Amino acid sequence: MLEEIFRYQFLQHAILSAIFASIACGIIGTIITEKNLIMMSGGIAHTAFGGIGMGYFIGIEPIFGALVFSIVAALGVNKIHKKTHTGEDILVGMFWSLGMALGILFIWLTPGYPPELSSYLFGDILTVSKMDLYMMIIVNVMIVGIVGGYFQQFKAYLFDEEFAAVIGMKTSYLEKIVFILIALTIVILIRVVGIILIIALLTVPTAIAKEFSYDLKKIMILSSLVGILFCLFGLFISYLLQIPSGASIVISLVISYLIICIIKNKIKKGKLSI
Amino acid sequence: MTHVLELENVDVFYDQVHALSDICLKVEEKDFLAIIGPNGGGKSTLLKTILGLLKPTSGKIMLYGKSIQKSLGNIGYVPQFSKFNRKFPISVREVVHLGFLKNKNSPFAKYKELDIKKADDIMKQLDIFHLKDRQIGQLSGGQLQRVLIGRALAVEPKLLLLDEPTASLDASAKTQIHEVLKGLNKEMTIVMVTHDMSAVSTYVKNIACLNQKLFYHGQPLLTESILGQVYGCPIDMIAHGVSHRVLHKHKEN
Ligand SMILES: Nc1ncnc2c1ncn2[C@@H]1O[C@H](COP(=O)(O)OP(=O)(O)OP(=O)(O)O)[C@@H](O)[C@H]1O
Ligand SMILES: [Mg+2]
Repeated sequence: MLEEIFRYQFLQHAILSAIFASIACGIIGTIITEKNLIMMSGGIAHTAFGGIGMGYFIGIEPIFGALVFSIVAALGVNKIHKKTHTGEDILVGMFWSLGMALGILFIWLTPGYPPELSSYLFGDILTVSKMDLYMMIIVNVMIVGIVGGYFQQFKAYLFDEEFAAVIGMKTSYLEKIVFILIALTIVILIRVVGIILIIALLTVPTAIAKEFSYDLKKIMILSSLVGILFCLFGLFISYLLQIPSGASIVISLVISYLIICIIKNKIKKGKLSI
Repeated sequence: MTHVLELENVDVFYDQVHALSDICLKVEEKDFLAIIGPNGGGKSTLLKTILGLLKPTSGKIMLYGKSIQKSLGNIGYVPQFSKFNRKFPISVREVVHLGFLKNKNSPFAKYKELDIKKADDIMKQLDIFHLKDRQIGQLSGGQLQRVLIGRALAVEPKLLLLDEPTASLDASAKTQIHEVLKGLNKEMTIVMVTHDMSAVSTYVKNIACLNQKLFYHGQPLLTESILGQVYGCPIDMIAHGVSHRVLHKHKEN
């Protein structure tokens, strides 16, 4: 495969995007896991489908449509939740299916069946374009810069919003930033694993990292590394066996999580019996 | 003279529930004020309103003569119920350190050597130093409570608000916390919600009796009639173990 990596640009793109996607995932995945925003992120991802449909319909790059829809969904759910007493998960459910419904409608309105539609739903890391890569780099720089630069503040906010507000932190800004970063991450992940599989990529690396550390920063770094490892592994398998890359990445992630859990349990039991 | 804390005709509603009605309260520098009252009397609501976490529907709240938004970071707060996720990957020491982040909005915030030393001292004072590397989910209720008190102290506040800080502590821990507070009171003003009448009788300088309205504010000398009004029931439920200083003998004519 090494030789082919040097020969084919699409493989280089695939490898780079696996790395960038994993870094974003490691950091944002940790944030959504600790802040209980997993379902919210699923909702944002599915709302993005409406944007993809709209992109096809009005003839712009679908991923830009997805960008607009996911940011609007993220901030919208948050705002409506605050203004009314509607539970967050009800709103997420509503946005989730509304986004899908709009996507279906737009695609139905667009003449012909869009050829790469399934790559948005299920991801196709082998077709990542230069533009996609640039977008990933920009989002990664933003995430690493903002979360890294304000790490202590984010830690305080993620842990206990009320206390953060009491000591004079601008929690409403932090909250908006978190939601926008989630939306951006989801958009760059759509190309890699697709709307339907995003949640696995956001949660499993963090779940694995949490088995090994109680430190927020370490969990973020470790889950980025775990993500890189398994994205590359999944990519390799998909290339080797000619199977869809999104599926092979997610399946290898989940299987390894289960294996790690089983091994950890065995070790614990072993220790107890001694 | 400006007071540490001044509430003027403050009303707070939760939708239909009128939690606080027409509260006027002035707290002086270095006071140790206990807020007592029945469950649902609005004690927690009062603290949250002072902190700006709840907006009063009417009335004015001033801290050192300024609005609350301008004095955040001067107040330390120990909540009655904390809403955070106990599984959050954070250690005892890190939680205490959070207090030093007050008003820090600059990037790459680092803790100073001096702060770290102070945090260690606070943890020693509260007897949680040996737990410093534990993840906070691995603490008992009383230990966690001390960590939260430690975090509030790390803010180095001028005003410390505590909402039933000793509710989940054992008797010796209670005394210990009250002693610590007594020491701190030399430097800062303390407002503490409590149901612990023995603490009221021994440690505090003033009390406020709250049940939607403020029924009494002054020295801890209570007549049965005030207590009857606040609690709306005969006082023998709280009279147990209450020293004579608190429960002023009802004068019979
Ligand atoms: N989030 C809320 N929504 C609606 N009503 C509330 C809410 N929180 C408190 N209340 C109501 O406001 C009133 C005051 O409540 P508060 O929590 O301030 O009482 P408290 O004096 O702290 O009681 P306790 O001794 O039980 O802690 C109560 O009648 C309560 O039912
Ligand atoms: Mg209360």
